[in-house]
Amino acid sequence: MPKFEYAPAPESRAIVSIKESYGLFIGGEFTPGVDGRAFKTISPASEEVLAEVTEAGPADVDRAVTAARKAYQDIWSGLPAAARGKYLFRIARIVQERARELAVLESLDNGKPIRESRDVDIPLVAAHFFYHAGWADKLEYAGYGPAPRPLGVAGQVIPWNFPLLMLAWKIAPALACGNTVVLKPAETTPLTALTFAEICQQADLPPGVVNIVTGAGETGRALVAHPGIDKVAFTGSTEVGKEIARACAPTRKKVTLELGGKAANIVFEDAPIDQAVEGIVNGIFFNQGHVCCAGSRLLVQESVYEQVVASLQRRLATLRLGDPLDKNTDVGAINSADQLAKIRELSLVGEAEGAQRWSPPCELPVKGFWFPPTVFTGVSQAHRIAREEIFGPVLSVLTFRTPAEAVEKANNTPYGLSAGVWTEKGSLILWMASRLRAGVVWANTFNKFDPTSPFGGYKESGYGREGGRHGLEAYLDV
Amino acid sequence: MSDSGAPRLAVLKTYKLYIGGAFPRSESGRSYLVTDHKGRFLANAALASRKDARDAVAAARKAFSGWSAATPYNRGQVLYRVAELMEGRRAQFAAEVRAAEGLGARQAENMIDAAIDRWVWYAGWTDKIAQVRGASNPVAGPYFNFSLPEPTGVVAVLAPQASSLLGFVSVVAPALVAGNTVVALASESFPLPAISLSEVLATSDVPAGVVNVLTGRTAEIAPWLASHMDVNAIDLAGAPEPLADDLAVAAADNLKRVVRLEGQDWAPAPGLERMTRYLETKTVWHPVGT
Repeated sequence: MPKFEYAPAPESRAIVSIKESYGLFIGGEFTPGVDGRAFKTISPASEEVLAEVTEAGPADVDRAVTAARKAYQDIWSGLPAAARGKYLFRIARIVQERARELAVLESLDNGKPIRESRDVDIPLVAAHFFYHAGWADKLEYAGYGPAPRPLGVAGQVIPWNFPLLMLAWKIAPALACGNTVVLKPAETTPLTALTFAEICQQADLPPGVVNIVTGAGETGRALVAHPGIDKVAFTGSTEVGKEIARACAPTRKKVTLELGGKAANIVFEDAPIDQAVEGIVNGIFFNQGHVCCAGSRLLVQESVYEQVVASLQRRLATLRLGDPLDKNTDVGAINSADQLAKIRELSLVGEAEGAQRWSPPCELPVKGFWFPPTVFTGVSQAHRIAREEIFGPVLSVLTFRTPAEAVEKANNTPYGLSAGVWTEKGSLILWMASRLRAGVVWANTFNKFDPTSPFGGYKESGYGREGGRHGLEAYLDV
Repeated sequence: MSDSGAPRLAVLKTYKLYIGGAFPRSESGRSYLVTDHKGRFLANAALASRKDARDAVAAARKAFSGWSAATPYNRGQVLYRVAELMEGRRAQFAAEVRAAEGLGARQAENMIDAAIDRWVWYAGWTDKIAQVRGASNPVAGPYFNFSLPEPTGVVAVLAPQASSLLGFVSVVAPALVAGNTVVALASESFPLPAISLSEVLATSDVPAGVVNVLTGRTAEIAPWLASHMDVNAIDLAGAPEPLADDLAVAAADNLKRVVRLEGQDWAPAPGLERMTRYLETKTVWHPVGT
């Protein structure tokens, strides 16, 4: 069979204009940091420096919290709820208008394929603002009492895997419920958050309602520990989540945590195998596996094990890894050198513990951070690659015989964020769904998100929900 | 035989722990003095140990799969049955609460009324909470998507110190509604009504292990419950302030859901707050197509 090569199809970078350096967005304006410290954000696909970003110190965080408090007291809490909603509608519209620019910027800074930032991340960002805009003047109907009150100032810390989408998950409900926010984006992906600050200016959002402070772990710690905030929302690792839970325990701050996962994606023998394989691929290789709800443990019924693994390997050989801005790219760059080192380390552990490692033939670019789609077979439940979150394109395959065994294995983890079930049998789907201890169950699909759909974990995957009517509770004094 | 004409000597009750449907003494062999509000001897209650607490958690975990999978209608009837049996033991509960809390006869009666009625109120919630807290979510795509509340798991409850029965019921019953199982540490100074309630639970169709009751020192036992990795949530109602902070910090080790609500007045209608803190929301997606 002749093999037709793809021609390069890069999305143009010309649509974005990245500044050389960015200040902090406090009180509606970009301002320099107090102690003048800065760090560089790079493109993980090329290691090219994209911009210099201010590292916010405790004094900067304090300024931001003060600005948010002032905006809460002087403006935002006194505004008619419908007006809050209208600001959010405006933001949703501007995000749509600048969607392509945001998508390109996200792919540059994060390394994710443009196909995903363009078709998933940014449309969902707009949808989240649009959805929550409508809630602003309807909160009394949300089931939290006749006059639910906002909490005040929210301190929000978000990860690098879906930078602008996580910002939307945090800021949209917070503002809709009447809070003001100080948000810290991840240190490796600050650029779309800083562009969002410009969008707030374009929407004429009152100064101080949204404040963006850039920095790394220390900045996040200063924000979470600041006595002037009433609410902490964090998405990230379980380790840091526990640290935050401890730090906030003696305070009366309301805390919601969306943390790690080790989701089981369970394939029964009667599943439509081709669809299931697409779901497996989407489950673990979407966004390079940098997904807290990734289907990183594949549980296959023994009778179809060989068929599923063979189909999966055939499918993986067709994935295209490379330039995130190329519209044909399926697998982009690993977000950072640190993350790449973690993925490499756990993969080596997988081999050392006796699992069989496989990757499709795949040429990795010389510059940048890359890891090929990888499948481990012969994995046991005791293996670290079956227990620990790898947060990369690495799948562990295990087998089971009965539905009860599948449930047992799926639930055998301290995490409980998501799970997948593949079968044509409706009663089995509902039986499985009721027994899987996970906050989201995708049946005959995987990695689907929507602003109306509550998302969040059981057990050590955190607490609180984001999205839907349920997500409002995190930002109301109820 | 009463030939001697002497008054009958009463049979005193030994107050023990309630774990896994049985009434063991503390494995430690320890007990502690419980007196009435005037300092007169009432009983030597079991002084629970760390091992007792762990046994209670194991019993609660074992009971979780059955209780959480019972139909809501069934759970409702079981909780209602608790009210029925308490009604038959009003005099005993009133006497115990009076002795412990020093209430007048009328006050004690009111307290028992409220405690019984609280079971009835929560019994009615078992088959309604999913409708009130669930949702069908209109996602933008060809998917059917719904969210349901589910029980969090094993809940450790530090029962209020001052309200020995109504307070106890007010923190235990809401956890049971959706199918959680409970390890409750009774009021340290007034543990006896909670143990008598255990006798009601043991005979009222509540499956063994669904509620486990410990008596003893809050400061000794609560830290073991707060740091136990197989406990999913903890209610700090009965923890004094400085201890409550430490317990909340320890609870972060496995990200327990920590319930720390203001107020120790158990008479008013409780609202949904306590019940909903022990719920997880599960969202299920399925494609729609031909």
